[in-house]
Amino acid sequence: MALLQISEPGQTPNPHERRIAIGIDLGTTHSLVASVRNGVSECLPDAQGRVILPSVVRYLEGGGRQIGDDAVAGGVGDPENTVASVKRFMGRSLKDVALAAKLPYQFVDHPGMLGIQTVQGEKSPVEVSAEILATLRYRAEDTFNADLFGAVITVPAYFDDAQRQATKDAAQLAGLNVLRLINEPTAAAIAYGLDNASEGTYAIYDLGGGTFDISILKLTQGVFEVVATGGDSALGGDDYDHALTDWVLAQTGTVVVNATDKAALKAAARACKEALTDAESATFFAPLSEAQINFDVKRTDFEATTQSLTARTLQAVRKALRDAKLAADEIKGVVMVGGSTRMPQIQNAVAQFFGQPPLTNLNPDEVVALGAAIQANQLAGNNPGGDLLLLDVIPLSLGIETMGGLAERIVLRNETIPTAKAQDFTTYIDGQTALALHVVQGERDLVADCRSLARFELRGIPPMAAGAARIRVTFTVDADGLLSVSAREQGSGVEAQIAVKPSYGLGDEQIARMLADSFNTAEADMQARAVTEARVDADRMVLATVSALAADGDLLDDAQRTDIDRLMQAVQAARTLDDAKAIEAITLALAKGTEAFAALRMNRGIRQALAGKNIATI
Amino acid sequence: MNLQSDDFELFGLEQRFEQDRAVLDARWKDLQREAHPDKFTAQGAAAQRVAMQWSVRINEAYQRLKNPLKRAAYLCELHGAPVNAENNTAMPTSFLMQQMQWREELDEADGAEDLAQISRQCRQAERETLLEIERLLDQSHDYTAAVAQVRALMFIERFVADVNERLDKLEI
Repeated sequence: MALLQISEPGQTPNPHERRIAIGIDLGTTHSLVASVRNGVSECLPDAQGRVILPSVVRYLEGGGRQIGDDAVAGGVGDPENTVASVKRFMGRSLKDVALAAKLPYQFVDHPGMLGIQTVQGEKSPVEVSAEILATLRYRAEDTFNADLFGAVITVPAYFDDAQRQATKDAAQLAGLNVLRLINEPTAAAIAYGLDNASEGTYAIYDLGGGTFDISILKLTQGVFEVVATGGDSALGGDDYDHALTDWVLAQTGTVVVNATDKAALKAAARACKEALTDAESATFFAPLSEAQINFDVKRTDFEATTQSLTARTLQAVRKALRDAKLAADEIKGVVMVGGSTRMPQIQNAVAQFFGQPPLTNLNPDEVVALGAAIQANQLAGNNPGGDLLLLDVIPLSLGIETMGGLAERIVLRNETIPTAKAQDFTTYIDGQTALALHVVQGERDLVADCRSLARFELRGIPPMAAGAARIRVTFTVDADGLLSVSAREQGSGVEAQIAVKPSYGLGDEQIARMLADSFNTAEADMQARAVTEARVDADRMVLATVSALAADGDLLDDAQRTDIDRLMQAVQAARTLDDAKAIEAITLALAKGTEAFAALRMNRGIRQALAGKNIATI
Repeated sequence: MNLQSDDFELFGLEQRFEQDRAVLDARWKDLQREAHPDKFTAQGAAAQRVAMQWSVRINEAYQRLKNPLKRAAYLCELHGAPVNAENNTAMPTSFLMQQMQWREELDEADGAEDLAQISRQCRQAERETLLEIERLLDQSHDYTAAVAQVRALMFIERFVADVNERLDKLEI
C-alpha cells in the first residue's frame, strides 16, 4: 500500500509537482499498462518482469480469483469459470454475441448486457474487466510506490456508446480516475511519434483479438485530427482461430461438445495460427477427451479459410476512405496495430491495398498502451509545454426514433467531438402531455436495425393542439465519446435529462453493489475508501484553483478573489473530517464558486489565441 | 468575444462567403488548442464544463463555416434572410424540370460509366451555383436572391448524395 502524502494544514503541495498518470490498453486477449518516465513512454512489467497481462479472470470455488497468466494456467481444466475475451461482451446482450454457442460459458441473458454464471455466482462483464484493470492499477502503484493521479483507457474506435460506458464503469469500479477514454488507433498514432516526425494523412489499421478498427488521421503540428473512422467491433484474431478450428474439425470429421474440449481447441488454434506466421505449415494439436487431433495445416489452407475475414476488414477500410473523401494512394503511411496484424496474409493484403508496405517498427502489442500513456501524461499536466491535441470523432451516428419506426439521425458519424446538436419535435395528438424518446445509434434507416441506447420520457407538457408544442432535444457527446440527452419544451420550459446509462441495465446501485462485492467487503473499508477518494478530489480541486489563480488571478476583483479564497480555506478545513459527504459538498461548493472565474479564463485564452494569429497573419 | 459571438467573429474572419479553407482549418485548430477539455483535465470540474461549452461551440462554428452550403445559408440568416428550407420549397419550374430529368437519368443509369457521367453533370451545376452565390453574397449583397440559390444548391447536393450512394454500392 502506497503512503499518502499529507501536507501541513493550510498548505498544499507544489501544483507543478509531477503527477503519476498511466495509460491502459484493455484488450480482448491481453492488457497492458504504460507510463511516461523520464520523458519516455514505457510499458510497466509485473514483479516477474512480464509486461503483457492476459485478459483472463478465473473465479475460484470458495472465493478468490486468479488473473492473467495464473488464470490461463489454472483455467485449463476449469473453462466455465475462466473468463477470457470479456471485451466482446461489454455492453452486449446475448443475441449480439455471434459465437456464444462456441464458448464454454453459461451465459445469463439480460436486456442490456449479458452475465456469466460462475462458481461465485453471476458476473457482469464490467466486473470481470474491473478485475483486469485493478490488477494493472496495483502494478502501477507498486511500480511508483505512489497513488495514481489518473488513467487514460483505450477503447476500439468503433465502440458504441454502450460499450464505452461499460468500459468507463469498469474503470471506476477498479478505483481509477478516468482522465479520458481514447480510441486505440489514435493512441497508436501518438505512440508512433508521428507528431514530431511527420505531417500528412495516415491510416491506422488495428486488428486486435476481438475488434477491428480503421482510422484515417491528418497530422499537423502536434494536432491529431481523425478524419474518418470505421471498423467492426466483433471481428478480430479470435475469429481467425474459430475459422481455423471449424476447418480442421470439418477436415477430420470431429464433433466437439464439452467445455474442456472447446477450450483445448481454442488454445490449439491460436498456437497453430501463431506458428504459421513464420512457417509454411504447422501442426494443429488438440488433446480432446475422446481422442486427439494432430493435423498438419498449410499456411495457404489457413489463408484460404480466413480470406473472407480479411476481405471484411478491407471493406471497412474502403468505407472509411470514402467518408474521408480520399483515395488509397493519398495515404502517406499505414500503421499496423494489434497482434493479429502479424499474420502474413494481413500484411500482404494491406500492402497491396495501399500500394506500400505498412509500418511495423513498433511492437504492435504495446503501441496502444504507449500512446495512451503519452496522452495521460499530457492530460495530467506534466508536460505544460506540450502541444499534443487529439481531435477525435464519433464513430456511429446518433438519432432518435420517429413515427413508423424510422431513425432520424441527429449527430452524424465522423463528426468531431465534443459536439452538441439540437432538433425540434412536436406532439401529434391534441392535449398530449408526454413524449417518449428512444435514442438509437447506427447508420441504418430502421430503428430495429440500429442499437437501442436509451428510452426516456418528457412529462408535464402543457396540453396543446397537436403540432403546437416545440420540444427541443439536445444530444451532447463529450470528449470521451459518451452521450447525454436532454429535452425541453420551449414554451413551458419543462425539462428532462438523462445520461445514456440505463440502456444496458447497470445502474449506480448495481455498481455500488459490485464495489461492495468485489473490492471492499467490510463496511469500514468502504467508508475509509470513500473518505480517501473525497480527500483526493478536494486536494485536486484546490491545486487546480491555486494554479488558476497564479496564472490569471488578475481577472478577478477583490471581492471575487476573497470569495474564492474563503471557499478554498473551507475545503482545506473540511479535508481533515472523516465524513466523505461533507468533504464532497464543500469541494462542490468550490467548483461552483470558481465557475465564473473559469469562464473568464477561457475568454482570455480564446482572445489570446486569436490575437496571436492575427498578428502573425497581418 | 463570448459564446454568443457569430461564427465569423469567433474565428476572427471577415463576414463573407469566400473563405480560404487552409486558414479556416488552421484557425479551428488554434482555437481548440485553447479551449479543448483535454487542456483542462487537471483543473477541476468547473473548468471542464466551461471548456466543453467552448469546444462544442467552436466545432459547431467550424462545421458551418467549412461547408459552403451551410456557410451561405448562415450568411443569409445573419442578414435577415432566413432560408427556411422546411417551409419554403417553391422553386422555378425550369429548375424542377431539370431536377426531374436528372432523377430519371439516375433511375435508368446502368453501371459505373453512366453514374460517373451524371456525377460530372451535377458537380458542374454545383460549381456554377456556388459561384453565383459568391457573387450575390460578396459583391451584390443581395441576400434575398442568394436565398433562392441556396435552396437550389440544397436540391443539387441531395441529388449528389444519392448519386454517391449508388456509386458506393457499386464499389463493394
